[in-house]
Amino acid sequence: MIAVAMAPAARAADEPDAGAAAANPNPVTSPPAGLPALAASLPSASYAEKRVLIKKIAETHDPRVHALLAALLSGTLYARRGDGLLFIGAEAPDGLKLTDALTGTLAGTAQADDLAKIGVNNQLRKELRVALAQFDLASPDEAVRRTAVEEILRAVDPESIALLKARLPVEPSSAVKREIRAGLALADLDSDDAKVRLAAVNTLATSLNVDVYNRLSAMAAPPAEGEAGEADLGVRAAAKSALHAIDRQRGLYSIVQTGLYGLSQGSVLVLAAIGLAITFGVMGVINMAHGELMMLGAYTTYVVQLLMPQHIGASIVVAIPVAFLVSGLAGIAIERGIVRHLYGRPLETLLATFGLSLILQQAVRDIFSANNRPVETPQWLAGSLQINEVLSITYNRLYIIVFTFGVFLLLLTILKRTRLGLEVRAVAQNRAMAKAMGIRTEWVDAMTFGLGSGIAGIAGVALSQLTNVGPNLGQSYIVDSFMVVVFGGVGNVWGTEIGGNALGVVNKVLEPYAGAVLAKIFVLVFLILFIQRRPRGMFPQKGRAADG
Amino acid sequence: MQQFKHAGGGGLAGGGGLAGAIRSDRGGQVFLWVLLAVIIVVPVLNLLVPEGSALHMSSYTVTLLGKYITYAMLAMAVDLVWGYCGILSLGHGAFFALGGYAIGMYLMRQIGTRGVYGDPVLPDFMVFLNWKELPWFWHGFDSFPFAALIVFLAPGLLALVFGFLAFRSRVSGVYLSIITQALTYALMLAFFRNDMGFGGNNGFTDFKDLLGFSLQSPATRMVLFLCTALSLGGTYLLCRYIIASRAGRVIQAVRDAESRARFLGYRVESYKLWMFVLSALLAGLAGALYVPQIGIINPSEFSPANSIEIVIWVAIGGRGTLYGAVVGAFIVNYAKTYFTAALPSMWLYALGALFVLVTLFLPNGVVGLMAQRLRRTVPDTAPADATVVPK
Repeated sequence: MIAVAMAPAARAADEPDAGAAAANPNPVTSPPAGLPALAASLPSASYAEKRVLIKKIAETHDPRVHALLAALLSGTLYARRGDGLLFIGAEAPDGLKLTDALTGTLAGTAQADDLAKIGVNNQLRKELRVALAQFDLASPDEAVRRTAVEEILRAVDPESIALLKARLPVEPSSAVKREIRAGLALADLDSDDAKVRLAAVNTLATSLNVDVYNRLSAMAAPPAEGEAGEADLGVRAAAKSALHAIDRQRGLYSIVQTGLYGLSQGSVLVLAAIGLAITFGVMGVINMAHGELMMLGAYTTYVVQLLMPQHIGASIVVAIPVAFLVSGLAGIAIERGIVRHLYGRPLETLLATFGLSLILQQAVRDIFSANNRPVETPQWLAGSLQINEVLSITYNRLYIIVFTFGVFLLLLTILKRTRLGLEVRAVAQNRAMAKAMGIRTEWVDAMTFGLGSGIAGIAGVALSQLTNVGPNLGQSYIVDSFMVVVFGGVGNVWGTEIGGNALGVVNKVLEPYAGAVLAKIFVLVFLILFIQRRPRGMFPQKGRAADG
Repeated sequence: MQQFKHAGGGGLAGGGGLAGAIRSDRGGQVFLWVLLAVIIVVPVLNLLVPEGSALHMSSYTVTLLGKYITYAMLAMAVDLVWGYCGILSLGHGAFFALGGYAIGMYLMRQIGTRGVYGDPVLPDFMVFLNWKELPWFWHGFDSFPFAALIVFLAPGLLALVFGFLAFRSRVSGVYLSIITQALTYALMLAFFRNDMGFGGNNGFTDFKDLLGFSLQSPATRMVLFLCTALSLGGTYLLCRYIIASRAGRVIQAVRDAESRARFLGYRVESYKLWMFVLSALLAGLAGALYVPQIGIINPSEFSPANSIEIVIWVAIGGRGTLYGAVVGAFIVNYAKTYFTAALPSMWLYALGALFVLVTLFLPNGVVGLMAQRLRRTVPDTAPADATVVPK
């Protein structure tokens, strides 16, 4: 109560006000003349006085300075007629939406007539820009400093050069230092001294900045008629070789980028196919409903998110085992109900499971509607990792690569290191002999099918983050995943992993030349031809088991 | 499991030739009589019986029947390779669609200035895409004989190249099924592209006339229907003749024991290849008859699910009998017409359940079931037990 009542009075009395102090736990050490006092004298000051005031305001190093000066620069700083308080105004339908310039609290809306804009001229704008940049350059946050340098580099003038030069020796971060050096070199390109220009060009030969690239290509070309270009031949040659160096580096990064994107796309393929590598590859069952098992996994994610709307971040993690169980149990039901009766008749299995996939699709349509369901992306999956100016990768792509590899390793461990895996391999190699040795082949069949189906469910969780979750989700992957399994070599989980990733990379490499659809067609045609050459895939199974 | 018994082969030892093949084939005789009855009755009911009469058959029904018959031809083409050769093609929809596209290109050129944009040469979609001249592969399609040639050439060549590569490297069984599916999938993606020059995802539609006769007139529709029905009969006789011939028996031997046939000195690959090409030609013809009657062709005809559906027609009818494929195509498509109108959401359940139940409980299809009932009285109509186990 008292604080509220006191707030206007306190401000009038030049004290740091209560609101700002509360918002900022570490109030700055108050300089002789506080920010509020300086700001309060802005509206009535002349341009010459404003200049002095701005300088003083910048020197307070108060965290509120930035917003204040930025508003002044953009012409959105107003003084209210009547009490002379400063507000930052934003256009709103019913007038100006006001934010208190010093406390940052919202102060309702007001008509433009009630406010007086605090004017600035071009001279002041320049000062303001420098002051703002200086302020940002001193920020403890490296990212802020970096953007400040980039901001300065956009329009280089003597004042900002001086700023950068002053900052360089005290800058702790090497990345920011590099940026500053590039900025200074960029300014040096305008120097009258050819030696300085040459040195600058050599410094810039490692920069990936677009502006730098444009400047250098302008310098490397011989000047056109009547235009001022680079006169010195040595500098021109240096610019040319610098361009080459940059091009090489960019080429390298774009290869890395294509590789990463290809791997992530390939990982999606692997994820879709790796369950099939078990059911089709190891058991020899053509399960055309595999895509629909993935769809079940994706819808499981949706349902899990509905059940825990407050914890979207955790919902994905919870959905993984749940989807494994749902799809795995569905898979066991399919095996017991249909596939079991059709062993040794792969083409019939294909048809029966295709019928099942139609039923599952329609069931989902009836239960959840035919429209796509919105599955939310948790915070930790959004955004992207910026590695440098030309190379960045989104987190969901990065995670899918890691996740797929994890699933692959898990599957490999199950197959090679567990009792179940041993029995699965034994049954796959020689059913009769395995049975004679006391392995319950029926149980192993059901478990194997359940495992492959469960993996499909996990793939569905991942796909829910990448594509639309709808009744057709499964169908769009089924041809691709069969091709991946056959390409990698049936009965070979390694082959699926490598084959899928290879196809993803090839697809991404072709995409810039042919477009996404044509690239996919090329890959399919390539696969069809490849299977003619090597009908058993890249890594065929060897030995007697392969003759089956 | 490996039987060398085959449908319709019983009477061959004595007679041979087409007449012998038909004489021994009771189911086929029934089928041909029914077809003949349809050819006579449908025009009478449609054109001669007055419209108000209860016996009048509407043009809509005629078109529907025509559609079923083209599907029956397609199913027969699939049965020829699957039932007799053991090649389960999941890409026959592609051959059907190629035949359809070929005739569609002819029909598009016939529209001329009657299109929305009134361009005398370019079809509407090309004007829409701002193309200035006809792409090279569209030349010649203003002539019907050329289009008719392409109807056979396009699917035939594709099947020849694809089959040559696949059979030479002994891709068989499931693997073959998967790559045929990939083939039709790749074609679907390609035809969906606007840049391909086949109308993108809208395909071709809005046809006006065929050989100068309006496609809207009941007489043209009736002629088309009769051509379709006769083609089905011709297809059946051709297939039956081939199956009953010496080559046909080798083909069935290949189906039942490929290695053994190879060791006996037969060129297994060639037999398979020619059957595959023939089947593709028939599928292309079916597509070419389908498009003028239905009035539209678009890339969804290439979708893998469509091709799988064709296989299920054959499975439901009973494979390895040829007429079983016809029965299956009619049953499933009639059910589809009924369900999609009456209970749209039930259709996929019904179709899916059919797939599952038929494969589990009716390995020889409806025809096989009937033959089982009749076996005591008519011993020779048992369909071939086409157990296809890849070796």
